Amino acid sequence: MNSPQIILASDVQPSGPLGNVSAVEQKLSPFETVWGIGAVRKTALILVLAIIWQVYATYLDNPLLFPTLSDTLITLYDRFVDGTLPNRIWTTLQILFMGYFAGTVLAALLTVVAINTQIGTDFLETMTAMFNPLPAISLLPLALIWFGLGASSLVFVLIHSVLWAVALNTHSGFLGVSRTLRMVGANYGLTGLPYVLKILVPAAFPSILTGLKIGWAFAWRTLIAAELVFGVSSGQGGLGWFIFENRNLLDIPAVFAGLLTVIIIGLIVENLVFQTIERHTIQKWGMKE
Amino acid sequence: MLQVTPAAIDRPASATKPPLLEVDKVTLRYKTPNLLVTATESVSFSVNESDRFVLLGPSGCGKSTLLKAIGGYMTPSAGTIHINGRQVKRPGPDRMMVFQEFDQLMPWKTVLENVMFPLTVARKLPKHEAETIAREYIDKVKLTRAVDSYPHTLSGGMKQRVAIARGMAMQPDILLMDEPFAALDALTRRQMQDELLQLWEDTKFTVIFVTHSIAEAIKISNRILLLSPHPGRVKAEVVHVDEARQDDGSAAALERDIHNLLFASEPGHKE
Repeated sequence: MNSPQIILASDVQPSGPLGNVSAVEQKLSPFETVWGIGAVRKTALILVLAIIWQVYATYLDNPLLFPTLSDTLITLYDRFVDGTLPNRIWTTLQILFMGYFAGTVLAALLTVVAINTQIGTDFLETMTAMFNPLPAISLLPLALIWFGLGASSLVFVLIHSVLWAVALNTHSGFLGVSRTLRMVGANYGLTGLPYVLKILVPAAFPSILTGLKIGWAFAWRTLIAAELVFGVSSGQGGLGWFIFENRNLLDIPAVFAGLLTVIIIGLIVENLVFQTIERHTIQKWGMKE
Repeated sequence: MLQVTPAAIDRPASATKPPLLEVDKVTLRYKTPNLLVTATESVSFSVNESDRFVLLGPSGCGKSTLLKAIGGYMTPSAGTIHINGRQVKRPGPDRMMVFQEFDQLMPWKTVLENVMFPLTVARKLPKHEAETIAREYIDKVKLTRAVDSYPHTLSGGMKQRVAIARGMAMQPDILLMDEPFAALDALTRRQMQDELLQLWEDTKFTVIFVTHSIAEAIKISNRILLLSPHPGRVKAEVVHVDEARQDDGSAAALERDIHNLLFASEPGHKE
């Protein structure tokens, strides 16, 4: 005759209270800890590439075609110290921020209208479908006729490069907000702008951030390209113009120094600015793995 | 004692107080791309204060749709819904919803901020007052230790507890719960049912609870409305459900009765 019976674990394994407790957590080795940091791995990669560059350029020995890394860095340092590069960077960034800011604000207005009205949605969808495939730089000749040689032409082209990417991503982010969250927002009596700002914007933040990143990348590339075509506004050119000018002077290390500056600024914004925002928002909220 | 009254017969006249919620001959229809679906047809019932009212029925009986209509997310194509004499027209914080989905919490807010949010937004309470109330209800659902955690670090059961705390902290006229424990594992689900009953003992809030589990309905409710599917119609109402006991087998008997009633029209169906 068997009947159900509960046998407690302590009866089976008669061990002391802390008898055979094995370690649940164990520290990783220092190398594993350091290698786990993405920045460390990437820095190592960059160092390897820098060494390859230096070795190859020394072997080639033709500073007119391909200067060595050390030449480039020395020129970069010189131009920084004599104030040329900081000036050029400042000119470029000023225009960039103007265009980026204006483009983002316009995108915000467009998407708020689009999410609240049907006609706004149609307008946004049609406009993004039309203008998103159009490279912003192709509007430059037109902009030059409309606004003349100056910052306003560049800002116009920048707005075009930022606006559609940000608006498209923000809008699709809004549409992707879960039905449950939208119902929760409605439950609290939120409508119109408070609803957009308190529910939709944070819920769609991963998409919005993606849009801002793409917008930034488009804007940065477009601006440098535009400056290559015409760079001098009010007697002070930007980074693109710096590259173009030095090519004409056959100062190739300076051209490389200019390119390096473009890369470094791009890296700083993408890896420091955006990643910091990401870490403090969507990563903290568990909205990104 | 337990009784199952057919829908048509008059319900036992409730106390002198008018019912808190009155659903009168409500027909709900919604459109799919190529169909007009009738979810419920001429459904009437009323809920009194401190009722634990369960809408029970097989899938397709329109119980969730009915709850959404009470929540104000849908307008009935016929009939009216009144709460405290006011007609329900849009969603509002007097009817707090607790959903089945875990993503009902705002991932960008901590547990405390999630519970505080409707208090500051909908009830316009000052921050410190909202925080006091929020902390009190977070304590009630036993999440004191997780108060500053973000939702993605919580388990499913903890998330539902936050949602319940958030709903209760608003002290709504009615708490609407749409299968809140359906996505939980069986053990957690049991625990949550017990905790919900304990909370009810504390504050005697009014709740409408949607479920498709007969056992859950019997455990939680004092009244059950049985709905039949396609379209949803009232089949019966079970009252004094809280008299059913596990130990003398009356709960099991009631469960069997309800099961037979719900599936009576399907001859092939066996348990």
